[in-house]
Amino acid sequence: MAEQHVDLNTKVIEMRNIVKKFGDFTANDGINLTVHKGEIHAILGENGAGKSTLMNQLYGLYRPTSGEILVNGKQIEMNNPRDAIAAGIGMVHQHFMLVQPFTVTENIVLGTEPVKGVKLDMATARENVQEISERYGLSIDPDAKIEDISVGMQQRVEILKALYRGADILILDEPTASLTPQEIVELIGIMHNLTADGKSIILITHKLKEIKESADYCTIIRLGKYINTVKVADVTQDELASMMVGRQVTFVVDKPEQKPGDVVLEVKDLHGVDYRKVEILKGLNLTVRKGEIVGIAGIDGNGQTELVEIITGLRKASGGSITVNGVDIYNKPPRFGFVHGVSSIPADRQKHGLVLDFSVEENMVLQNYKDPRFANGPLINRGAIREFASRAIEKYDIRPAHCEERPAGTLSGGNQQKVIIAREVENDKDLLIAVNPTRGLDVGAIEFVHKYIVEQRNKGKAVLLVSFELDEIMSLSDRIDVIYDGKIVSEVSGKDAEENELGLMMAGGGTHE
Amino acid sequence: MNKKKTLIDVIADSRLIHTILSIIIGFLVGAIFLAVMKIPVGEAYGMLFKSIFSNTKNLSYCIVYGTPYIVVGLSVAFSFRTGVFNIGAEGQFVMGSLAACLVGILCGSLPKILLIPLCFLAAAVAGAIWGVIVGFLKNKWGINEVLSMIMFNWIAFYLSNFIADFPAIHNEGTAEATRTVSDNARTLLPAGLIEKFNLCPTANWGILVAVILTVVVYFIIEKTTLGYELKAVGFNKSAADYGGISVNRSILTALAISGALAGLGGALQLLGMGGRISIFTSQEGFGFAGIVVALIGVSQPFGVLLAGLFYGALTYGGGKLNLVKAPTQVVDIIVGTVVFFIAISSIFGAIRYLKKSPQKGGSKS
Repeated sequence: MAEQHVDLNTKVIEMRNIVKKFGDFTANDGINLTVHKGEIHAILGENGAGKSTLMNQLYGLYRPTSGEILVNGKQIEMNNPRDAIAAGIGMVHQHFMLVQPFTVTENIVLGTEPVKGVKLDMATARENVQEISERYGLSIDPDAKIEDISVGMQQRVEILKALYRGADILILDEPTASLTPQEIVELIGIMHNLTADGKSIILITHKLKEIKESADYCTIIRLGKYINTVKVADVTQDELASMMVGRQVTFVVDKPEQKPGDVVLEVKDLHGVDYRKVEILKGLNLTVRKGEIVGIAGIDGNGQTELVEIITGLRKASGGSITVNGVDIYNKPPRFGFVHGVSSIPADRQKHGLVLDFSVEENMVLQNYKDPRFANGPLINRGAIREFASRAIEKYDIRPAHCEERPAGTLSGGNQQKVIIAREVENDKDLLIAVNPTRGLDVGAIEFVHKYIVEQRNKGKAVLLVSFELDEIMSLSDRIDVIYDGKIVSEVSGKDAEENELGLMMAGGGTHE
Repeated sequence: MNKKKTLIDVIADSRLIHTILSIIIGFLVGAIFLAVMKIPVGEAYGMLFKSIFSNTKNLSYCIVYGTPYIVVGLSVAFSFRTGVFNIGAEGQFVMGSLAACLVGILCGSLPKILLIPLCFLAAAVAGAIWGVIVGFLKNKWGINEVLSMIMFNWIAFYLSNFIADFPAIHNEGTAEATRTVSDNARTLLPAGLIEKFNLCPTANWGILVAVILTVVVYFIIEKTTLGYELKAVGFNKSAADYGGISVNRSILTALAISGALAGLGGALQLLGMGGRISIFTSQEGFGFAGIVVALIGVSQPFGVLLAGLFYGALTYGGGKLNLVKAPTQVVDIIVGTVVFFIAISSIFGAIRYLKKSPQKGGSKS
């Protein structure tokens, strides 16, 4: 759709037959990539497919084992990112590298500070920043401090930083991971402004929808191998997905109509503070019934993290009430909530969900290690734990097979998440809270996670789903509650939800309480 | 994936081989220093080994020396496994030995069968309290446990010197020490046995206690729900909290057990060897030796048992080095090098890591 800017006669990047080996492991196995001037080229692949390895070679962080890289038709050997920057390549990493208390301009000139004699010449720098910002419609305030601006703005600062250093080719690594729908639309606009000016963009992502919306061409990588390069306009999302995963993927989750039952979770007038002791929950009300999935949609930082921490007992609330099946669990320790029916898939699987140094089987009983099934009084019953873990590993297809004794930290992200899901689903509690359950996972694993969440609902459990992925909320939820500024500001049924409308509500507009 | 193992794989995978290798390197480095000082290496090491292995008397000395090291090593190893760094074992050791000494002197008329367990109990409680205070300070006011432990080491040191000066227990003679504990409190082997097997005069039952404690620590860590809790807290406090384990209580429990072990180490040393507390001018360093032993034993209870004996043997054997005009500090060089190489064991893992993939065992989901 943006193809008007592509100049097919000018190849700015050519990567030919790139092979990258780490010991016996081949991360890239003969990958070809051609990017033209003014093109947005998506690199699509599952986690661990080799996308980042490929880009790190283009950005000079790794050297290819074999194969050649041409920039603007000239073969170039890149030994470090400085060589890449000199060749006009800029990269915006998934995790921003900005100094929080510095201003935008200060961050942008960091490392290449302009000087007049021995003095820093910030005035010129500021003008340059302003000029670039206006040219591409970035609308950045050069004097704002990073800590005061939103994540979306910070990303633009990173883009501006690359442009300031003369980048003509921009690599964006999962750029939409933490953006709101509106910010994503704006980012795509900015990308088109850039290509209109003759810049080229390489977009690393596993989100098919964004590829369809923004990219001209797409190169698909699977298990380190080059699969295909396609013109995005010619393929459907389903085709892209099956090329990426290597099999048919179903996006539509099987969710039969069913009437919600009794109330399981009831939160009334909940108040709470965040880590800075600032009030972040301001009288939140929420109800989840048996057999329904309630999705909490909202932009990060509106209180959803604290809400979940309070329900699961990890944080103390400062007012209100919480009951599960009528039992008061307000400000009770985590075990109390667990015993009375709360299980959860935490947002940070490596911090809260797993003890990475524990084996998989030990992680399987993180809450239940004292349960008579797994312990005889003070003694741990290793045999019973092993038996339970082996069954779960098979049932939930946790790979590698027979990983009972492997430290959980050696599993891939998707399989780590499967361990948590296996544990929480097998806990068989009335309430399941899932927070960003598919963050960082690829399509195959997402499909798996969604299947189990919906299955819980179909079995009559109450499910509270908190996610920054609007698509996920919309496709799974029976009801969607929009959280804004510490309150539920509106509620829509999952069927009628409309993305733009939700996005608006999440940003604080259109509250119809 | 599973190809032939390289040498680096073997070293990185086996802690035992790694430890043995570190010990060999330690002796090599010690040899370099001896050579630099123009002391015949063969002669010096010959003397070292002879004074360890030549007869039952020497061997029993090594065991006697090693016993307290084993138990203090267990204390530190236990703390490592449960995520607290018990640098305060020194103070807990001193408190344990003080408590055992007080009971051993003041209740000296009790029969052996009561008095010895009472001494051990007092020592364990004293050590545990010394550990728990630190945990309490941390939980209640967030005071850094390493700092307060170092403070408490000094408090224990001066408290011990202060109490040892009390007339009720102070030596009547000129010695700057307490009286010797009652014979009923001593854990020495019967004189007949010592004579028959030509053991050292302080040969005692302590090693049996040390072995039993090793098994107990192994059991707690590996076989109980308590061990599971403590390890979970040690590895990842957030996940333990999420799993419903009380983090603060676990830290207190871990410090109590670790402190009790260090205190028992103090009692074993007192009842088995010295029999009294001297007024010192500086810390004896059992607690710090415990850290070394725990490191050499890679925090595994049975590893600590062997490491404690190794450390005891070197300490005893090293004392004889001056017979060949070699400085006893050579032993410190050896032990230091061993610890150094064990501590950088990750280097072998890192070499392998660099040579292989960026995602170790990176299986695809």
